[in-house]
Amino acid sequence: MKKKTNKEFRLHLLICAGTGCVANRSYEIKEELVKEITRRGLNTEVRVAITGCNGYCERGPILVVQPDGVFYQKVRKEDVPCIVEEHILKGKPVESLMYRPSPDAPPISRMMDIDFFKHQTSVVFRNRSRLDPEDIEDYLRFDGYKALKKALVEMNSGQIIAEIKLSGLRGRGGAGFPTGLKWELCRKSPGNIKYIVCNGDEGDPGAFMDRSVLEADPHAVIEGMIIGARAIGAHKGFIYVRKEYPLAVKRVKIALVQAEEYGFVGENILGTGCDFSVDVVQGSGAFVCGEETALLTSIEGRVGRPRPRPPYPIEKGLWGRPTNINNVETWANVPQIISKGAEWFSGIGTKRSKGTKIFSLVGKINNTGLVEVPMGITVREIVDEIGGGIPGGKEFKAVQTGGPSGGCIPKSLLDLPIDYESLVKAGSMMGSGGMIVMDEDTCMVDIARYFLDFTLHESCGKCPSCRLGTKQMVEILDRITEGEGKEGDIEFLEDIGKNVKLASLCGLGQTAANPVLTTIKYFRDEYLAHIKEKRCPALVCKSLISYVIDPELCGGCTVCAKNCPSDAITGEPKEIYTIDQKKCTKCGICLTVCPPKFKAVKKVSPPVK
Amino acid sequence: MKKVENTLREHRYQRSRIIQILQDIQVEFNYLPKEALEYVSQRLKMSLSKIYSIATFYAGFSLNPRGKHLCTVCMGTACHVRGAANVLDRIEERLGITSGVTTSDKLFTLETVNCLGACALAPIVVIDGQYHGQTTVDRVDKLLDKYYEKKDK
Repeated sequence: MKKKTNKEFRLHLLICAGTGCVANRSYEIKEELVKEITRRGLNTEVRVAITGCNGYCERGPILVVQPDGVFYQKVRKEDVPCIVEEHILKGKPVESLMYRPSPDAPPISRMMDIDFFKHQTSVVFRNRSRLDPEDIEDYLRFDGYKALKKALVEMNSGQIIAEIKLSGLRGRGGAGFPTGLKWELCRKSPGNIKYIVCNGDEGDPGAFMDRSVLEADPHAVIEGMIIGARAIGAHKGFIYVRKEYPLAVKRVKIALVQAEEYGFVGENILGTGCDFSVDVVQGSGAFVCGEETALLTSIEGRVGRPRPRPPYPIEKGLWGRPTNINNVETWANVPQIISKGAEWFSGIGTKRSKGTKIFSLVGKINNTGLVEVPMGITVREIVDEIGGGIPGGKEFKAVQTGGPSGGCIPKSLLDLPIDYESLVKAGSMMGSGGMIVMDEDTCMVDIARYFLDFTLHESCGKCPSCRLGTKQMVEILDRITEGEGKEGDIEFLEDIGKNVKLASLCGLGQTAANPVLTTIKYFRDEYLAHIKEKRCPALVCKSLISYVIDPELCGGCTVCAKNCPSDAITGEPKEIYTIDQKKCTKCGICLTVCPPKFKAVKKVSPPVK
Repeated sequence: MKKVENTLREHRYQRSRIIQILQDIQVEFNYLPKEALEYVSQRLKMSLSKIYSIATFYAGFSLNPRGKHLCTVCMGTACHVRGAANVLDRIEERLGITSGVTTSDKLFTLETVNCLGACALAPIVVIDGQYHGQTTVDRVDKLLDKYYEKKDK
């Protein structure tokens, strides 16, 4: 019997199977849907399939019904019979599962009408919520591998490179080096054996766009790499993915097997005489391997320590051969530039930063998720219009971009248009695109300490400035957050920070001080409050706060005392409870369990003596 | 050692595949046993010190046997601003161990990870591959209780 092509189905039920939704048990929902559809004999007209990440992870598990694009959020297994009965059979979409901007607002049925999606521009994410990443047929249905055919059959390598150069595409991994130029330099580099590498070692905490792209549209990355290989003259490629992303590894491996079956990867691709094969390599939990020279030594099976550049990988990369390394998102842009043309691509974005960028919007924000926006959009548009603002009516304080190498952008720069240059000017950087929103409850000294502690642990140890400098700075920040800060600490931090920047070999060390330097620049008063008044204004630093029970508000309900793990709370039922500060470990359980009708447990700073 | 030999064969005895080989061995044994590393060193004609330098450089490898359950706390930035440090403190206190250590009854190994990329669920605690999102200090207690109840049965 001929397999039904996807076009012949009346409806497609597409359940999100990105890491976030899978963690929310979306596969169980898929199974339930299949069972229910089969039970009702609908399997010839309705197709149930998975898709990659939709990006709106806050609302998972997500189910999208195509072709109408009806968007169901926070779907539970128990909702399945209702969806099938009402929507599939009666044609009445289920309003209770739709998105509402606020509890009393009318439901929004179509995905593209929801604020979160409405303001986005999908280039890399063009296939989100419509294709099954484990089925190459689906990718082909949406013009997959067409760019490859064009590049291999109609274009020569010079033309491909010219097109990429003209498009203005710059590396999406952080530094923003022009992609076309890199390809050209690698092409011209002497040598018969050349390599292509895809950097999927997305180490910045809080950034997960590369995971999402690999999980949702692995073929787009592979297609981009084959086009790049053709342009540069490489026959072997590597995709390096961090091991914390098991699903991405699985999907890429499946995609590679399928691409080979269809003749897009392997020998004599599409009969053009081009050969190209790809290996998947898994990282093993070392942040520094995201740095290109460290990543290459890791592929070679050695300890992933960076080495000085020059020579750059385009001259001497893997096993000493010219190697072109680009980030996942960069590769995923390539097929569309070839298909739609450089002019189309350069029509998006700003003068020097073209196209779109995917940001992962996380932290103290209503709509956590991945957003793809044109370069040049302002921080305010992302946070307010797409992100839906800060939860709980709290005040916006800062947004941190660029991961541990980046910096904090304060409220005064909310209208900053985001591109590579403007972020660097503000003391931060694009990085891989993590965007962590912080509100009044976030302590900036604690955040600086957090990032520096991160770099300290991830420093490979090669350069003393990085190895020892970060350690010194963490020690000072430890003291400050513990209430032992001294006059002159801030200046000392600035001094060490500048020297670590100057004297380190790779990007990790050169940027390590950024989080400290930008928080000092924009939030000096918070540092001073810690040092001079021994007070944490955001009530975060444990040594500088106490938990107390407000006698006016305490209802004597006993819940806090029952839950306190260190027996620090005493009192009689119906009477006022008190916390013994000597016994209190500041775990905060009392605060979370105190009933909302009392809200009697409070944090105070400076701490109670 | 037969299993190790199989792994080596799968990777065609290539020294450049050493990291992947060690990963596979760790999946098999749950850690990197000394004997296995010695065997690899012999078969690949690679010095043991080189293998150890790799095994200790990458945070993903463990040289000590791990407990029955692996508890991983995500310390990514999104988790951090939503209170992961308090969650970790509570788990450490509850299990009586610090991160990277196994409890004396071999029930739990506690580890931290830089970011799992599932920030919408922050703060996240993963136990044996199962993701627990939006964890709070009091939910941690309930979560761990379940494993102790199971053990007592």
